[in-house]
Amino acid sequence: MGYQGNFRVWRGDEDGGGLEDFTVEVNEGEVVLDVIHRLQATQAGDLAVRWNCKAGKCGSCSAEINGRPRLLCMTRMSTFTEGETITITPMRTFPIIRDLVTDVSFNYTKAREIPSFKPPKDLAPGEYRMQQIDVERSQEFRKCIECFLCQDTCHVIRDHEENKEAFAGPRFLMRVAELEMHPLDEGGRTVAAQETHGLGLCNITKCCSEVCPEHIKITDNALIPMKERVADRKYDPVVWLGNKIFRRQS
Amino acid sequence: MRAQISERTLRTDRWWLSPLLTVAGLGLISVYAAIRTFMNDYYWVSEYHYLTPMYSPCLSAECVPAASHFGQPLPELPGFLTPPIFIIPFLLGFRITCYYYRKAYYRAAWMSPPACAVAEPHKTYTGETKAPLIAQNLHRYFFYAASLLLLVNIYDAITAFVGEKGFGIGLGNIILLVNVGLLAAYTASCHSCRHIMGGKLKHFSKHPVRYWMWQKISKLNAKHMQLAWASLIFVCLTDLYIALVASGVIGDLRIVN
Amino acid sequence: MAELERHSFDVLVIGAGGAGLRAAIEAREHGMRTAVLCKSLFGKAHTVMAEGGIAAAMGNVNSNDNWQVHFRDTMRGGKFLNNWRMAELHAKEAPDRVWELETYGALFDRTADGRVSQRNFGGHEYPRLAHVGDRTGLELIRSLQQKIVSLQQEDHAETGDYEAKLKVFQEFTVSDLLIEDGRVAGAFGYWRESGRFVLFTAPSVILATGGIGKSFKVTSNSWEYTGDGHALALRAGASLINMEFIQFHPTGMVWPPSVKGILVTESVRGDGGVLRNSEGKRFMFDYIPEVFKEKYADSEAEGDRWYTDADNNRRPPELLPRDEVARAINSEVKAGRGTEHGGVFLDVSTRLPAEEITRRLPSMHHQFKELADVDITAQPMEVGPTCHYVMGGVEVDPDTGASSVPGLFAAGEVSGGMHGSNRLGGNSLSDLLVFGRRAGAGASDYAAALSVRPVPSEASIAEAERVALAPFSGDGGENPYTLHMELQQTMNDLVGIIRKAEEIERALERLEGLKVRARTLTVEGHRQFNPGWHLALDLRNMLVVSECVAKAALLRTESRGGHTRDDYPAMDSDWRRKLLVCTASGPSEVDVVEKPQIPIREDLLDLFDRGELEKYLTGDELGS
Repeated sequence: MGYQGNFRVWRGDEDGGGLEDFTVEVNEGEVVLDVIHRLQATQAGDLAVRWNCKAGKCGSCSAEINGRPRLLCMTRMSTFTEGETITITPMRTFPIIRDLVTDVSFNYTKAREIPSFKPPKDLAPGEYRMQQIDVERSQEFRKCIECFLCQDTCHVIRDHEENKEAFAGPRFLMRVAELEMHPLDEGGRTVAAQETHGLGLCNITKCCSEVCPEHIKITDNALIPMKERVADRKYDPVVWLGNKIFRRQS
Repeated sequence: MRAQISERTLRTDRWWLSPLLTVAGLGLISVYAAIRTFMNDYYWVSEYHYLTPMYSPCLSAECVPAASHFGQPLPELPGFLTPPIFIIPFLLGFRITCYYYRKAYYRAAWMSPPACAVAEPHKTYTGETKAPLIAQNLHRYFFYAASLLLLVNIYDAITAFVGEKGFGIGLGNIILLVNVGLLAAYTASCHSCRHIMGGKLKHFSKHPVRYWMWQKISKLNAKHMQLAWASLIFVCLTDLYIALVASGVIGDLRIVN
Repeated sequence: MAELERHSFDVLVIGAGGAGLRAAIEAREHGMRTAVLCKSLFGKAHTVMAEGGIAAAMGNVNSNDNWQVHFRDTMRGGKFLNNWRMAELHAKEAPDRVWELETYGALFDRTADGRVSQRNFGGHEYPRLAHVGDRTGLELIRSLQQKIVSLQQEDHAETGDYEAKLKVFQEFTVSDLLIEDGRVAGAFGYWRESGRFVLFTAPSVILATGGIGKSFKVTSNSWEYTGDGHALALRAGASLINMEFIQFHPTGMVWPPSVKGILVTESVRGDGGVLRNSEGKRFMFDYIPEVFKEKYADSEAEGDRWYTDADNNRRPPELLPRDEVARAINSEVKAGRGTEHGGVFLDVSTRLPAEEITRRLPSMHHQFKELADVDITAQPMEVGPTCHYVMGGVEVDPDTGASSVPGLFAAGEVSGGMHGSNRLGGNSLSDLLVFGRRAGAGASDYAAALSVRPVPSEASIAEAERVALAPFSGDGGENPYTLHMELQQTMNDLVGIIRKAEEIERALERLEGLKVRARTLTVEGHRQFNPGWHLALDLRNMLVVSECVAKAALLRTESRGGHTRDDYPAMDSDWRRKLLVCTASGPSEVDVVEKPQIPIREDLLDLFDRGELEKYLTGDELGS
């Protein structure tokens, strides 16, 4: 039933580190996180790994398995062959703290930069009326468990540290889309999406959608619709001409 | 400070296969399209009134007169230029600014990124914020233009049922029909179309008809990539078939008359 | 000794789940400088695991619902042991708390007329649970998180500093509260990342640390649930009540082994899922207890009709309160009618079309597909009881969440009383919001009224530091992982879902042994992110809390709600009038004593039929 599996785990901190080889027992029905825990309990007591619910609901155990951003708790060992060496590394896009744990504060910073939900002022609690079909689009985005794998995989910041300042990343551009599509939000977020949150940096190569453990269609349902809304406001020649002539603020 | 990992990627799967196929496929089709464009011949089968979509509408004075369904308002073209140059900017523009093709060539041709979690080779990256790529935002205008051309193609496909000998149905008719079917599906599944038809609305509940359309288009939109390839390849096959029939290499397989 | 990081706040909130965040919002809105201290990242707390919904009598789906009905259901579910004042406040205020979430941006599923939709759940007479598919907990935590961000944005606009009034310290563990002259003076803890110690000075501390499930082997709870708040309160001098009542959720996953215990939401049953044993029988019809006979269907046909016509039919017994269902499953498995992996079948595939299942239960579908390779639209699930929730907790004043220690407050799962002997599904999320808000207000008022704030003494700081570092200096060689596994096994086997005196006594003996061995715990390495060290410190909490559970379980010689005694299978009205109170009697010793329950207020009693009250109350309480 069980077998000895080969693993290479990145160990180290900001001063350096590298891949270390381990041989660990693997049992039926296990996920990669189980193996990491066994490693912790038997061979590397101080191996740092972040985790919490172990059911794919909290988005804590994000890392990269064989180079692909994934949740450790949702990657079943049965997806690998017994002879395969499985490489586990921390998320590349964020600063390393130790071993598999990275500093994800970038995401919390970006979350703060997005203006919050702005309901109509005259609506008291309990008076909100919204139709199911109107909330469904935003509900899809609210499935997000904030594992930040989309942020990790997005080449805009993964390969270009310098873009972090200007780019909110797929997760938070999706948050803008969520609010924009919220039936009661009056925030008016289209222009800011482009000018403040860096939507224009996205080249819709869809890696965010590929890695999303919640299978949210980030690109098709959030980012592209936002790009289209931006086009409505900023790149529509009629609107553009009107603004030029009447010197309106777009 | 990030974890120091020197490998460009630790992916162990064949991540390079998909960009390779994309670049090969797009390259092959580009070469074929260029050859056919500059060939300036075999685009019209006069016996059965088949007009290849690559030359439709044929608007300049050098066109075979019968192939010019909408007259010849344009003068003869100088040098090596051929009639398709009037339509190619719109067709190409529609495909180049298409959200699917953007993904495909940014990845495959520009390697930005070549595949997910594989480092790209470029030092800097500004995405679609600057010229010329900022022009990708004009996709919807190409969508409008492509929709008009699609109407022309549909017209062509329908009129092709009446040839020199009157009404008839051949394999060419069926190919032309399938072709406009695929083009229509690709065009309708476009993200801009999805936005214009309903996606831009804040409250679907107040616009039931547009919501209904948005739902249908969303279903098609999920297959945008497949439709993009299918329609592109089929346009070439349609053109090839018409070229072969027009040049007399093969005869049209007739079903009725 | 390295320089100690020091902070000063008006209100400290320990825990960043639903109760903690709601408390923090309230404290900040009261103008308090507030800190939230949490063991995980901000937004990852165990609340995200809540699936079914938030119980609130808004009456959106069935207009017969109101707070009185909700109050009655809650008291019935808790077998009348509940703190009635808490149950009353909870039933009255829950709707406001749900509506408030909408103003934070929450998007619940809707009714046809655009209001918050409500679903059926075990023990609730009407459809009452506001929900978003089966990920309501995530919606709740995200909404609160986003409200906190929005408050921080306001502070930023005003002061230029996002964290001027409300700051989150994430991946931080509080190891001890600092008490001066019997009052709260602050808290001491460490950054999990670096192991560096931090001192917080604050007059008010709100415990919102959740439960104790990690003391049990099969549990739906995450690693955070080590009873920290319960233990901090004990050591600070506060008392815990109702610790014998532990809710075993009837439906946890049983296979594969690595996910054993993970929750399968009650909504599966609320939406039509049925329980069958290995013989294919819907066995729940054999387990309807006398007190519930009138409320539940006695035939499959009637139970099935209820889903479409709730007014004219009684609900199916799959929707009995959780304790009843858990015991029934336990009995079936013991009688040899269980599944291959020791559970029973929960089947929704034959009851609803596949699209409906994926729409209503998306995360269950996902969870089984990904973790067990089971397609719930086509196959039944295998489920069994899992340790889910502790009804017991810090004894608090219902209106303010204040414990008996001045300055110490508690809200949510860590507080006790609200749910009596058994919590109804959906009442947890509403509990977090109602009492989180109240504790936030209570702690703020207390801090504001204080003229002189207690200052932590250097001696108590040094002692907290010594205790925290003890595992490094130990040379007994005890491995924290081994000790933890033994504790979990002990609690699971001997103080689990069905209890007997001799087994509990054996558990207490083992706990004594574990306590002795815990003194010689040894961890290797250094303080920087050291899971072994963290576990060693958590064990201190788990052991003391487990002792409370076991001692109280031994004393209560009846069966009621989340406490089932094989040797005393009946419910005893005399016991309803008594609470068991656990207090610290030494550094790692606890005492459990009886205390009379406060009689239920007359007008609340009048909400029930006399016939029903006779099942629970003694003759002289009824004034006969």
